[in-house]
Amino acid sequence: MIRDAYAVYSIWLREMLRFFRLKSRVIGSIGAPFFFLAFLTMGFGPVSSMPGIPEGMDYVSYLTPGIIGMTLLFSSTFAGLSVLWDREFGFLKEIMVAPVSRISIVLGRTSGGVTTAIMQASIILISGILLGMSVPTLSGLLLSVVFMILIASAFIGLGLAFASKMEDMSGFSLIMNFLIFPLFFLSGALFPVDRFPAAVRMLSYLNPLTYGVDGLRYSLIGVSAFPPALDLGLLLLFCALMLGIGAYLFEISEVK
Amino acid sequence: MDKVQSTGGHGLDSSSDAAIIMQGLSKRFGELQAVDSVDLRIEKGELFGLLGPNGAGKSTIIKMLTTMLAPSGGLARVWGHDIAKERNAVRSSIGVVFQDPALDDMLTGRENLDFHGRMYGMDGPLRKKRIEEVLQLVDLSDRADVKVQNYSGGMQRRLEIARGLMHHPHVLFLDEPTLGLDAQTRRYIWQYIRDLNLKEGVTIVLTTHYMEEADSLCDRVAIIDKGRIVALDTPENLKDMIGADVITLNIQEDGQELLKSLKALPWVSSVDSANGSTEIMVDHAQSRIPEVMALACKTQVIVKTVGLHEPTLEDVFLKFTGKKIRAEGAAVNMKAMMPPGHRRRR
Repeated sequence: MIRDAYAVYSIWLREMLRFFRLKSRVIGSIGAPFFFLAFLTMGFGPVSSMPGIPEGMDYVSYLTPGIIGMTLLFSSTFAGLSVLWDREFGFLKEIMVAPVSRISIVLGRTSGGVTTAIMQASIILISGILLGMSVPTLSGLLLSVVFMILIASAFIGLGLAFASKMEDMSGFSLIMNFLIFPLFFLSGALFPVDRFPAAVRMLSYLNPLTYGVDGLRYSLIGVSAFPPALDLGLLLLFCALMLGIGAYLFEISEVK
Repeated sequence: MDKVQSTGGHGLDSSSDAAIIMQGLSKRFGELQAVDSVDLRIEKGELFGLLGPNGAGKSTIIKMLTTMLAPSGGLARVWGHDIAKERNAVRSSIGVVFQDPALDDMLTGRENLDFHGRMYGMDGPLRKKRIEEVLQLVDLSDRADVKVQNYSGGMQRRLEIARGLMHHPHVLFLDEPTLGLDAQTRRYIWQYIRDLNLKEGVTIVLTTHYMEEADSLCDRVAIIDKGRIVALDTPENLKDMIGADVITLNIQEDGQELLKSLKALPWVSSVDSANGSTEIMVDHAQSRIPEVMALACKTQVIVKTVGLHEPTLEDVFLKFTGKKIRAEGAAVNMKAMMPPGHRRRR
């Protein structure tokens, strides 16, 4: 038990070391969301009333929680998928041959991925505030961290599930372009989902990230399309499901 | 598990003083029987070698014994623990150096070792002490704080051996420990392996397709081909089975007449010829070379070079399987040497 807790910490620590050592990757992964935030704000910010956005709400305040959701989505899925790198470079064997429970390996990875995802999200939040977003309250900030943890854990689980089923990195761009990008656009990160035609809107309602972004908006700017309790409940459910599936598939996958 | 297995388990318990016991251990990948009912007992403190060409099933055996692969049949115990049912107990008893590098090359050597120590539940002071010890053992103390991506292949291998030892395993598995390394580094690593076995008393199981490696290092060698053990003994006893010296002649033109008269001699046990090189198995080479040369003169064959060697494990392998290890090993070896440089950087 104590050894397992130690293993979780050990794997988390490795993720931190790697994160701070790979500066180019950190900057690279923060680049896309930052430019989305900066250029969309510049382009749409001056428009006083955007259709679907509450009266008097400036676009940068509305957009920042969405871009935070985007950052979490990409960073976490990537963290889950990075098991593939460890497999390709052999390090996964070093982890798997250690006398620790498999669930502690999954927990270590998840905690590492959540931490790095939230660090990146924080940079986006600070950027948003610098670009003119209204400053969130302390309680709102704390609640947003809860949403961030749930979003990150869920998509790490998703990444882990895919990584366990994939032979190598060849399916990576397929997942990024045909799953992650649609999830991002359908989540209402950029504009309210009721701007979509009815059929597409249904897809948005099926997208767990929709509730994540909505929850972040509630926490950070006090505006939401759904009741925050519904956001939290659905997200919790999805998170438990994805982590469960990811951990199960990871556990039964054999190291070659 | 089912009843048959547990009965077998009791049978194994009676002889659990061995380091490793395998009974009917098998692994099937679809159509391919990679490991075919292997029975083997490895004693505590032994330096044991699994010798065979690539694809013979050596690595698959190691992967099963180290709990990385589940066997499809039979059973095995490592340090008294069932590899299927007591995986964590097995994992606690062993150290492993895998065939392919298993280091995080973004971390330094010391950080890799530190990670390992934590995963094996070692506390801070113990880790610190042990890291210094194993680094010294493999001569890497002065490179400990360099990122592993800046290590040479030999240094990476040494770091992995150090890591495999860090938690004082009872049994250390080395899967092709010197694959793709130059001759000098290989000899260094052989020396480390010998020292470990003697000074730290670690039971060592290594796989290799280098005859010299198995011959010079191992107390006992199991020769593996197509997932089965075809011979098992000390290197000396295995070579004694050949019971002859080998004379190698390089001759001009075909020299059929010479070969024919050689075969007729009572002290020649066999003659094989390929690409102008002829191998003659004789009872005692030194005293037979003059006779062979005289015979060559008589049949007017020009001999370019003549050599003799004592039987090697290669000859033993040839005898038991009818083929050479080297021919298959060489091609794979080339490939195995490629990846480190050709791998994408993270």
